[in-house]
Amino acid sequence: MISEILQQLINGIALGSIYALIALGYTMVYGILKLINFAHGDVYMVGAFAGYFAVTSFHWGIMPAFLFAMVVCAILGVSIERFAYRPLRMAPRIAALTTAIGVSFLLENLGVIIWSPTPRAFPQVLPLKIYEGIYQRFGVIVNNRQLVILSVSIGLMILLQFIVNRTKIGMAMRAVSFDRETAWMMGVNIDYVISFTFAIGSMLAAAGGVLVGIYFNRIDPLMGVMPGVKAFVAAVLGGIGSIPGAMAGGFILGIAEILVSAFIASTYRDAIAFAILIIILLVKPSGIFGTLTREKV
Amino acid sequence: MKRFVSLIVVVGLLLTGVLPVYGAETIKVGLIAPLTGNIATFGQSVDKAARMAVDEINEKGGVLGAKIELIVEDNQGKPDESANIARKFIEQNKVLAIIGPVISSNVLAVAPIAQQSKVPLITPTGTNPRITQVGNYIFRACFIDDFQGTVMARFARSGLPKRANTAAILYEKTSDYSIGLAKYFKESFQSLGGKIVAEESFSSGDQDFSAQLTKIKGKNPDVLYVPSYYDTAGLIIKQARELGIMIPILGGDGFDSPQLAELAGKENLKDCYFSGHFFSGSSAPEVKRFVANYKKRYNAVPDMLGALGYDAVYMLADAIKRAGKIDRDAIRDALAATKGLKLVTGTITLDENRNPIKSAVIVGFDSNGNQVYKTTVSPPKK
Repeated sequence: MISEILQQLINGIALGSIYALIALGYTMVYGILKLINFAHGDVYMVGAFAGYFAVTSFHWGIMPAFLFAMVVCAILGVSIERFAYRPLRMAPRIAALTTAIGVSFLLENLGVIIWSPTPRAFPQVLPLKIYEGIYQRFGVIVNNRQLVILSVSIGLMILLQFIVNRTKIGMAMRAVSFDRETAWMMGVNIDYVISFTFAIGSMLAAAGGVLVGIYFNRIDPLMGVMPGVKAFVAAVLGGIGSIPGAMAGGFILGIAEILVSAFIASTYRDAIAFAILIIILLVKPSGIFGTLTREKV
Repeated sequence: MKRFVSLIVVVGLLLTGVLPVYGAETIKVGLIAPLTGNIATFGQSVDKAARMAVDEINEKGGVLGAKIELIVEDNQGKPDESANIARKFIEQNKVLAIIGPVISSNVLAVAPIAQQSKVPLITPTGTNPRITQVGNYIFRACFIDDFQGTVMARFARSGLPKRANTAAILYEKTSDYSIGLAKYFKESFQSLGGKIVAEESFSSGDQDFSAQLTKIKGKNPDVLYVPSYYDTAGLIIKQARELGIMIPILGGDGFDSPQLAELAGKENLKDCYFSGHFFSGSSAPEVKRFVANYKKRYNAVPDMLGALGYDAVYMLADAIKRAGKIDRDAIRDALAATKGLKLVTGTITLDENRNPIKSAVIVGFDSNGNQVYKTTVSPPKK
């Protein structure tokens, strides 16, 4: 029983780290632009496909494929911002939100047209290895793919924390997030900071996409829809705009989903997982790490 | 502007008024199949084989002197899209009969429309029992879930190298097909003295099954039944093996796709079996001829979806011939009287509920992920 609970926790952490990676992109864009970038889940899908083609068409290894996917998505993210959101920056927020939904559908359907909606098997670039020693001692199965997912996500999150808190561009990001106009008056190049934010957020989504391809071995053009919604919920749960919040939210959602199907009923997985989120938000409307004071009215 | 509108109206009237007259020279048959989407290989197989059947019939002079015209539309595997296409077929194309859709949930969306308009419908592959209960214009070319679930339960109890005493089921709660198979497998497995130790479910589109599989592993069953389509079944098999679940994994005809091996990984298909309608390596003359012609035309081996699509066209052609006239009601009556019709997937006789009574095959996999024939199970005697 103990080993089963442990195993389920491991399953939950692996799933949660993917949600967390995607949630970071939502939260960063929201923190800076107060925009919910609904196209983010689809950027994640494009990342998975970029990784897929890097491996199958260019015959690259896993690391170059990762970098390629991140670069492709960074360019995509920056272009989405440049051509879809920037012209609307002075428009009411609802206009940008609607545009975000439009971009999301555009990417999904372009994916369906270009790549066909048939699911593809992601090439087995990372041969599976199960750690026998851990299994014999604790009765839980841990494989190298789970460790890769977890370590890549945590590594990227630490890197992100470093960029935001310790670098000049990070300081600019925080300044823009805190008060865009004042930051502008202080000489911060707003456009550059926003582009940078989109690039970073999209790179994280790309990493998530490639990791999912490796882990689940299946990609398709609509794969971003559900994870996109769930990562958004994770971001809200953690307190939208807060980077540690997005990470925590992702892990909590992943583990909650797994525990619900493990110990309550798999039939109600999403229903109960989302009910838990509603309860958390009722108790703390700004999310776990969110602060209401920073919101401008 | 006004003139333009009236011109369109006139042209429209002409088209709708004139076309059926010209259409009378051919027999229009609508095919609804998922040519794209998650289960695209199903639709593509049915489409290819149905086209081949229609061409064969037309080369021999058609039916009752008229050529069959097959109109194909892609429903992407979606129920709502299927219903739209059915309405279009009936109202605009004025088809004589509909073949398809391919999967049960899609057929259940279309069947009431066909029944209401009294258009005969033959689903090649929809195995859910409720389909033909919709009404007397609804037919199928395959056996039903009832039989499929029973066959697999029997196989688990007596056909496996090691007799299964306990079983776990992992089914898709949003799929009529999956729910049906799970139900009948459970009933027969229990009535054969076996015990179901775990029953877990997932939603359409889920990619992560680790929680359910870990739970199943804790119950330590002898066999796992996964009545699902290849796209999810592939993921489930892979994740099960990675979690160290090495017991035999059984499934239904939804496993029948070359993509299963790609998604699951060849090495993981060891000890996986599924119940099917047809096996391409069979020595029956009908099968041999069909496989040879299909290979010549498409340079590929047909799967069972293709065989059923092919058979559905021949079932319809046979009924039109026996009806003696191109009339929906007469064709319906002839279809219902189908008896001893020798086709690729077996000899078809329809029972009083318009379901074929025929045998099933059990298929396994070799170490390269290729399908291998295991055994044939005859229909229950009534």
